Parts: sequence; structure tokens; C-alpha cells
Amino acid sequence: MGDVAAPTARRVRLNADTLTLAGAGLALIILLGVSAPWIAPYDPNAVNMLARIAPPVWLDGGSWAHPFGTDQIGRDLLSRCLWGIRASFGIATLGLIFSACLGIGLGLLSGLGGRWVDRAVMTVTDVFITLPNLLLMLCGIALLGTDRWVLVVMIGFVRWEGYARIVRGEVLKLRETGYVEASRALGGGSAWVALRHIVPNLASPMVVMLTLSFPGVLLMEAGLSFLGVGVQPPTASLGRMIGDGRDYLVTGWWLSVMPALVIVAITLLFQIIGDALRDRIDVRSHG
Amino acid sequence: MTRFLAWRLGRALITTFLVLVIAFVTLRYSGEPFDRMFPQGLTVEHQQALEREWGLDRPFLEQFAAYLGGVLQGDFGRSLFTGERVWLMYAERMPATLAVGSLALVLAIAVGIPLGAVSALYRGSVAERAAMGFAFLGYAVPHFVIGIGLILWLGYYARLLPGTGLDTPTHYVLPVITLAIPMVAGIARYMRAAMLDAIGQDYVTTAASKGIGPGRIARVHILRNALTPLVSVLGLEIAGLVNGSIFVEAVFSLPGVGRILIGAVEDRDFAVLQFGVIAYAGLVVVINLVVDLLYVAVDPRIRLEH
Repeated sequence: MGDVAAPTARRVRLNADTLTLAGAGLALIILLGVSAPWIAPYDPNAVNMLARIAPPVWLDGGSWAHPFGTDQIGRDLLSRCLWGIRASFGIATLGLIFSACLGIGLGLLSGLGGRWVDRAVMTVTDVFITLPNLLLMLCGIALLGTDRWVLVVMIGFVRWEGYARIVRGEVLKLRETGYVEASRALGGGSAWVALRHIVPNLASPMVVMLTLSFPGVLLMEAGLSFLGVGVQPPTASLGRMIGDGRDYLVTGWWLSVMPALVIVAITLLFQIIGDALRDRIDVRSHG
Repeated sequence: MTRFLAWRLGRALITTFLVLVIAFVTLRYSGEPFDRMFPQGLTVEHQQALEREWGLDRPFLEQFAAYLGGVLQGDFGRSLFTGERVWLMYAERMPATLAVGSLALVLAIAVGIPLGAVSALYRGSVAERAAMGFAFLGYAVPHFVIGIGLILWLGYYARLLPGTGLDTPTHYVLPVITLAIPMVAGIARYMRAAMLDAIGQDYVTTAASKGIGPGRIARVHILRNALTPLVSVLGLEIAGLVNGSIFVEAVFSLPGVGRILIGAVEDRDFAVLQFGVIAYAGLVVVINLVVDLLYVAVDPRIRLEH
């Protein structure tokens, strides 16, 4: 299916201000998440049965003691959201790094390794594209448990094929450029050419791709946690909070809505940044 | 063309085989099934007898051959927990998943294509901005957040529609919309880009210079060329539907296949899980083949090239 070149995406041009603003917003959210242990007003797992399902501050009965309200066992939602951001970003970042390394390595191998290596790698890639990401993750979790390292490894394992295809496409294009040919003619070996001339040129498409795929990875963790098979309690996780809050939609909609808003904010900001970056560094390569 | 199809068919077979290998290995090396079936423990003799009965004492390849034989005859084994036939468990839940999934697909195509086409043809208009804003949101917000939002808004706040279960036709509305929204967004974004691509082509200029009206150009020269690659996008979207339906079924408590899968993960019931993987992969392989065939049918360039 990959043989069909997707038409160039042309979207509304976002100006520099949007990019800066979105970047600043995202940086703020990440900063809040990373510093959760120091700025969260409460222990995220501290139970307070006297303050169950307390509404957020702007509703009747809400107070600044719990700005986002509390959940069904009186845990502070703001603290849990902050810790949840931390957990989600941690898992997503590590998973993304792992998948990118795997994909870039295999893409380089495919693009530089000759015809049969290329065929073999591309067949494996096709198989992985066929395999359902979510089901593969579910199998991995059933097999290895729900430890957060399992989530990281499984994310890497199911998300590498996109990088492999893009890298392969770029390598095939770069191989034909004058400077690679010149380096070859001057006696540069395959490894030298790959590291010195090809890898540095992959940087900009990779930055775009990493930015664009980050929300997907984050949502993968959030989704699994929502289904109850991701991050396990009592660890605070945005997806898990939405899933647990689902049973309390009538009495306390904010249990689900507050973490949902955080997730939506993160993915939208990433999407805005990714789109803006793609407009600047046009990646048209489809392997 | 024959070579192209043969290559695609060969690749589909390789994929299916590898999926079966992965499913078998996961199933076989996921730990001892008897530990889970008899948590109170077994005597050594009893365990050996069971192993002989299940064929677990035979060499790996022989076991794999037996497994393949079973799969080819439609025998996917029994649940490690309930002892139910795996395919029967899925067959019971399939109607709900298929009904919601196919309705969502129809809705997504019916809304997504016009949305994308209009926003490409009326670039810069309010309609384009609204459509693309919607597509942008639909693309970034996950199913489970959309679903919860719709339940709160139309279910609890406005009290218009029921939010859980599938008892009456109105119960289908929210799950179908939830499942369709990200697909509408994907199709609309794709259609818009494909139409804009087609608008820039020389044959559109030629058609216009020959005095053909804008309506006819839009229909015959732009829309038709943009629709061809949409075939493969739809293939991907259908595959994505399965992922989405797992979430939608969890949000709306629907009696579908997704619930079996999540239950199987929680119980570590690999016999049940592996069928899900095989069935899904089989579905994707079939979709890919259909997409390839459709391509050959609608795009003469492929017929001539290969």
C-alpha cells in the first residue's frame, strides 16, 4: 500500500507566533509535569474520605483547597493530573526514542544494505504494518505484565516501521546526490558515507516525524491505561483517571473531564507544532 | 499486472504465515496453561497425562504443524478459563462490533469526502476553515475522550440519547458518531490535500482552457483523480476501525469483540487473545488485497505498467 505517494499536504500556514505560543504552552505543561513532585499540592495517592467527589473551584461547593476537585476516594485531581503528565511523558518519550532508534537503524540497513537486505527488511516492515498495534501491545502486556518498562519496550516495538520507511526513502534519495557520489569516489566506505553524509541529512525529517508521532505514542499509553491494562494503580495516569471517572459521570463529571482536558491540550499543542514544522521542513518522502 | 498481483498475493501469504507463527509462539511460551487452569496445583502424573493429551510433550515443529492443521480446519482452540470454543466466543460478540463499525464507516465516507472536497474547492472560505478546524480536532482527540464528551453532553446534560448499551436503535447513535469522527477527520484532510494536488495539475488547466465549466472540471477532472488514491486510505481507515472499536466499546459498555480482548489480557487467556490477533491480521491482509485489486480496476496506469 505504501507504493502510492500521498499527495503533498498543504495546510493553513501557521505563522511564527502560533508556533512560539504552542511551543511555550507545551513547554509549560512539560515543566509542570516534570516538577510534579515539588509543586503538586498533595500526595497524588493520599486518600481523604471526607472530601470525596469535591467539585472544582469554579463550581458551587468548590474551593481552592482542591482547584480541580477530588475523585471518588478524595484524592486531589490537580496533583494526580500533574503526576499523570509526568508518567505519560516519561513513558511516551522513552518509547519514542526506542522506536526511533529501531526504525532508523533498520531503515539505514534497508537503504544501504543491498537488494536482498532491503527486500527482507521491507517484508518485515510490511508484516508489522499489517499487525494491529493495539493487539500487539495487548499480547505483550498479557505476556510480560504491565510494568512501565514493558510499555516502553512495546511502544518501541510496534511503532518503528514508520521511521524505517521514511529513513529508507530518504537514504535512497540521498544515495543519488552528488556529495555522496563524490565521497564514494574519494574512497569513502559504506559506514563512513552512512555516518558522515547520510545520517546528518536525516535530522530534519526525523525531527518532524518525532514531533508528529509523539501525540500518537502518548495516546497509546493513555488508551491502554484507560482500558485498564496500562499504568497500574495507584500510580496516577491520565488515561486511567478518565477510565475510572467513567463510572462517576453523573455525580462527578470532572473526574474524567479534567484529565481529558489535559490530554487534549497536550495532543493539540503537539499537532499544531508538528503541522507548523512540517510546513517549514517539508517531508515528502514516502518510502 | 499478473506479476503485480502475484507479488501482492505472495506477500499476503507470507504475512499470514508469520502472524500465525507469532500467535503460536506467544500462545505456547506464555507460561504453563495448567498453572492457570488449576491454580490449586496438580500432581506430576496428572500434569504429564494432561500434557500428553494436549500434545504439549511433542517436538515444537510437530506441535506447530498440528496447530496449523487446526487453524485451517477452523479450530482455534478453547479458552484457558471457561473452556468455551474461542471462535464461538467471538461469533457471539461479532454482530455488535460489525454493526457499529460498518455504520461508522458509511457515516465517515458520507461526511468526510464532501467535507474535504468542499474545503479544497472553496479555499479560504469560512466553510473551509470550519471544516479543517473540525478535522484538526477530530484528528487529535482520542476516541475515548470524544465518547465521554458526547455521553456527558448529549446523554446526561441534554438527555437526548442513551449513553450505554445497544438495546434500541437510538443506542447506536453515540457510539457510531464517536467511532466515525476521527475517520471523518482523516478522510476530509486527505481528500482536501488530494483535491488541491489535482487542481494544480496541467490537465485541469487544459480542461479550463478548452472552456469546460467549473462544475464539470470539479467532478470529472479533480474529484475523480482525487478519489483513486482514497481507496488505500480507506483500507487503512478500516484497519484503524478495529483499534477504535475497542475503545468505543469500553466507553459505551457495548457487547462487542473489544470486551473479549481486554478480558483476555486481564486473565492472560492467550488462546482467546491469539484468535483476535489472527482475525485482525487476516482482515487487514484481505483489505490490502482488495485495495490492490481495486487499484488495478480503477487505475489503468497500474495495469499498463506491470
